[in-house]
Amino acid sequence: ECVEWEVTDGGGSEIMKWNGWGYSDSKFLFNKKGQAEFTGKRYRLSGMIIPGLKDWMEGTFGANLQHKTPATPLLTSSAVQPATLNKAFLEELKSTGIPFSHDAEDRVFRAHGHCLHEIFALREGKFGRVPDMVVWPNCHNDVVKIVELACKHNVCVIPYGGGTSVSSALECPPEETRSIVSLDTSQMNRILWIDEKNLTAHVEAGIVGQDLERLLNESGYCTGHEPDSMEFSSLGGWVATRASGMKKNIYGNIEDLVIHIRMVTPRGVIEKSCQGPRMSTGPDIHHFIMGSEGTLGVVTEVTMKIRPMPEYQKYGSVVFPNFEQGVACLREVAKQRCAPASIRLMDNEQFKFGHALKPQVSSIFTSFLDGLKTFYITKFKGFDPNRLCVATLLFEGDREKVLQHEKQVYDIAAKFGGLAAGEDNGQRGYMLTFVIAYLRDLGMDYYVIGESFETSVPWDRVLDICRNVKARIIQECKDKGVQFPPLSTCRVTQTYDTGACVYFYFAFNYRGLSDPVHVYEQVEHAAREEILANGGSLSHHHGVGKLRKEWMRDTVSNVGVGMLKSVKDYVDPDNIFGNRNLL
Amino acid sequence: MMFLSLQHRDPMLKKRDDFEDMLEERRNSSDLRYALRCYTPVLYKGLAPCKASMLKSMVLQSDQLHHVIGQVSRETGRAADDVQEEASAILEEMAHCLQLSTVRFFAFTLSKVFKTLFRSICVNEEGIQRLQQAIQEHPVVLLPSHRSYMDFLLMSYILYTYDIALPVIAAGMDFMGMKFVGEMLRMSGAFFIRRSFGGDKLYWSVFSEYVKTMLKNGFAPVEFFLEGTRSRTSKSLTPKLGLLNIVMDPYLKGEVYDINVVPVSISYERILEEALYAREMLGVPKPKESTSGLFKARKVLSEDYGSIHVYFGQPVSVRSLAQGRVNRCQFNLVPRHIPRRPSEEIQSFVNDSAYRLVRAQEENMVLKPWVLLASLLLQNHHQDQTAGQKRGMVLEELTAQAVWLRDMFREYGAFLHWPDHVPPSEVVSSSLSLHRGLVRVCEGRVQLAVEQGFTVTPEEELLSQAVIVLSCASYRNQGLHVFLRPALLASAINAASSNLKQEVFNSFSFLRNMFSNEFILCPGATVQDFEEACYLLVKTGALQVTQQELLVTERGQRTVAFLTSMLDPFLQGYQVRETLYKMFSPCLVRLCFPGRLRYTEVLSSDLQKNSLAALLRLGAVQKIKA
Repeated sequence: ECVEWEVTDGGGSEIMKWNGWGYSDSKFLFNKKGQAEFTGKRYRLSGMIIPGLKDWMEGTFGANLQHKTPATPLLTSSAVQPATLNKAFLEELKSTGIPFSHDAEDRVFRAHGHCLHEIFALREGKFGRVPDMVVWPNCHNDVVKIVELACKHNVCVIPYGGGTSVSSALECPPEETRSIVSLDTSQMNRILWIDEKNLTAHVEAGIVGQDLERLLNESGYCTGHEPDSMEFSSLGGWVATRASGMKKNIYGNIEDLVIHIRMVTPRGVIEKSCQGPRMSTGPDIHHFIMGSEGTLGVVTEVTMKIRPMPEYQKYGSVVFPNFEQGVACLREVAKQRCAPASIRLMDNEQFKFGHALKPQVSSIFTSFLDGLKTFYITKFKGFDPNRLCVATLLFEGDREKVLQHEKQVYDIAAKFGGLAAGEDNGQRGYMLTFVIAYLRDLGMDYYVIGESFETSVPWDRVLDICRNVKARIIQECKDKGVQFPPLSTCRVTQTYDTGACVYFYFAFNYRGLSDPVHVYEQVEHAAREEILANGGSLSHHHGVGKLRKEWMRDTVSNVGVGMLKSVKDYVDPDNIFGNRNLL
Repeated sequence: MMFLSLQHRDPMLKKRDDFEDMLEERRNSSDLRYALRCYTPVLYKGLAPCKASMLKSMVLQSDQLHHVIGQVSRETGRAADDVQEEASAILEEMAHCLQLSTVRFFAFTLSKVFKTLFRSICVNEEGIQRLQQAIQEHPVVLLPSHRSYMDFLLMSYILYTYDIALPVIAAGMDFMGMKFVGEMLRMSGAFFIRRSFGGDKLYWSVFSEYVKTMLKNGFAPVEFFLEGTRSRTSKSLTPKLGLLNIVMDPYLKGEVYDINVVPVSISYERILEEALYAREMLGVPKPKESTSGLFKARKVLSEDYGSIHVYFGQPVSVRSLAQGRVNRCQFNLVPRHIPRRPSEEIQSFVNDSAYRLVRAQEENMVLKPWVLLASLLLQNHHQDQTAGQKRGMVLEELTAQAVWLRDMFREYGAFLHWPDHVPPSEVVSSSLSLHRGLVRVCEGRVQLAVEQGFTVTPEEELLSQAVIVLSCASYRNQGLHVFLRPALLASAINAASSNLKQEVFNSFSFLRNMFSNEFILCPGATVQDFEEACYLLVKTGALQVTQQELLVTERGQRTVAFLTSMLDPFLQGYQVRETLYKMFSPCLVRLCFPGRLRYTEVLSSDLQKNSLAALLRLGAVQKIKA
């Protein structure tokens, strides 16, 4: 909705930033007048002035426009390690006609995801171990050939989809001595067929979310799978990480959406023989694939559920007097199983942040109305502006049902002191999802670094985990010598029958620190420990990668790790898929 | 381990706050105005204080209590409503109903009483400021030492004075027996718990939920006595773990981010219950708490009890205590409201923490010169008895020894209040005059005030002597924690068959183990204690440590002799205990006559109780059920 769709092409490098998030033409900056502005034409916020952002940044982080930390503007190829090429592999690959490259820029672009330390290093023009070459298979059979050759010549293969990983999953293991090939699936981006009788679509795994939706929409369908990264992340990546979509309440998470998977492994191709909607045939082999994080093979084709496009969509928002009431309301909504397509609850700090991102109002009338709303909520209803919080809602379906559903949810909200706060606030909330990643780049221009991380947790723990993790972040920052109070905020982004998904956002001004990334990592590590100690999971949908590997054993038990290991040992005895994620 | 052991490295470096006398202002301004003044304490996260009735309903509606009510109802076949009513009655019996008017009444009367009884009540105001800070950050648990009935009124009085949120205090049910007073205490923030409720699930559940609700929501600091009861001997008692377990639970289960535990050390120059305790320990039973009894105690009002020092220690974060000790994930798989026995990991964590906290209390106990004098006089008294010399010590000799001991205490890191600007002889004589009930100066000699020849029977005479000795011993005990470890080492050196380090260590370890019911010795810290003892003796030049051996130096002889004789009464107590059990003859008094017992202290029921527990623990005796 918020994005002007465009097919991202294979290389990507021209229209995408090489050392930051998203499109090269879209970014936040402070203009000559010192006002914040979002450039480009792609998003609703594009081309707009955001008057509150400067004050918010200065107030929240103690940031100062005079103190800049600009990124290295150009990628200097000489700083990139020369490629270690496996001659025999290269020769045979050439004979297949599959495109490849060992250009430094192509290699650097596929050497990272979007963890803070990865982007920070890029901005400083520092590159560690990067892939030695990139290949662009065009179809399933190409992948089969590449993997066969890799096995034959003992080359390490790291599958690459959209590059939006935030678990260090794309990082090349520095200890890897073999030639590393980045297998970029971006050319495998076709919808192969749509089955309207069974409502399924067979899709190549390299397709990115926005293209998949746009192409299906042309036929009147959608998958409804909308992770926050959907502009750039790929279907294969979703499968490999067990992704979750914003609208999972209607459409389900990736594991609910997938009907059939084809994956190429060193042992051969794994797939099921039919498309029955459910099977009792031993442990589901899809569950070895989903979440395997590129350690077993490359997902090449996926059959997915599709749905007719919804007739009607409506945003909404509710203001609660405090976070506790908000969580209680979400819990009740989950209990009654009437959650809208999406329901998210921001805490007070995030509400303020959202407020700071309000674009300049064009008419006096709207600003007057805004003032009136604020007055009503804070003065008339007695909400404390430093405690209130907001839930954003998205309803989908046929018009009548949406309106009915909406009433049901607002009625529940009212029982918890919630006040309807309009469509506009809701819509802006979801728009922020897409631009928040751009904002991190702006922060990094002014000594502010940050990141988000997520977990899932039973309902009775939600409040406790939110409070404790936020407090832990603040304490750790203080203990580690961070000079300014950090931003430590959270939101509940998904509801389930028995629990919720919680996102934490954390950022701080690093002026005065000699190794800010290390401090950042220590704090994030402590925050994860706190999450685990409070009954939260290691990850709800980001995955484990290499960033969270150390906790896998505690998470799934020794036997669990042994099971996963034995699968890896059978499927990939020579560790061809050697990204060393997960285990 | 960190926060204590690091401090122990060099006790001289211990930084302690200064004191302010809070009675001074009371002597100069109106008590009435003080009692009626505006009282607006800061609260945890700016919360509004909670009405007692609201608190009760929160407890009764809690998941934990619901669960237990259901369980009890299923097990006993009683209707759930019926059980619920019982729970409600338990809560009614237990709950405090803090009222500001009662607090004001106490503020007024206690001002009057305190001014009559005490010369000063000194409080470290920096500690108060830290407490105030701590209260705003996290829920707070106050852990005062317990030497007198006065303690908890005194605590509330201080907090009221400094405009700090008044605590709710766990008190034993026996107080409730004092009709009017019990209710008064309840209205000043006390809540009452039965002394024993072993198997009563429902009672435990109401009780723990009540405490946790107050704590979690930060409505008021929770105060209780880690030692469980007043120490009659001025020795810290082995900590009781029940309540500590309860207050740590919300942190361990993630219900609060952290809890601040504040050890408070209350030191009395003269304990109100001095003689009472001694009699109690000699087997004259403890009088039942009664209102009329309290009035009879009025005569204490006419005496001088010196000063009180109250030291609010550094708040201890439960989170940092538990760091790396407790895996909180153990609560992930069972709903948190279902009561479970604490795991072994948690039990040992709580136990260790309790010891640490008691030691933190001990460290900040203010010792008056009298503690040194009592120690010296007792040693002298025992020697006289055996040697049949002239009784008592020459005043000058006592003063000289006291100065020697003062310096040693200081080097050991004792929190000694010895006025350096006053000549030692004056310090000593003013100390002696405050304790004239226990000591007297006769022909230039200072002796314990043990009467001779006045009483009818020898038993009575012995008893009255014992009262004096035990009273003095309790003052000596105030300083026990300072020299305990070096004294154990000194005794170990004496007992060991050679100077070999290992040998001395073994004997140290044996003694330490034997005395672990008697003194506060953290479980599992034998090596640290041994090292600390060595460190202190080496530092003071009493000991030389080589690769293999521990050698007492020339000038160390005096120190070692002193330290050893400090432990002697206890050692003999344990020996007697052993002999007794061999002889099956419980008549102790008779044993004393032939002069076979040097130490009247052995008569103390406290010592007997501890030694029996130790012998049972060590397997030297067995309990046979009749």
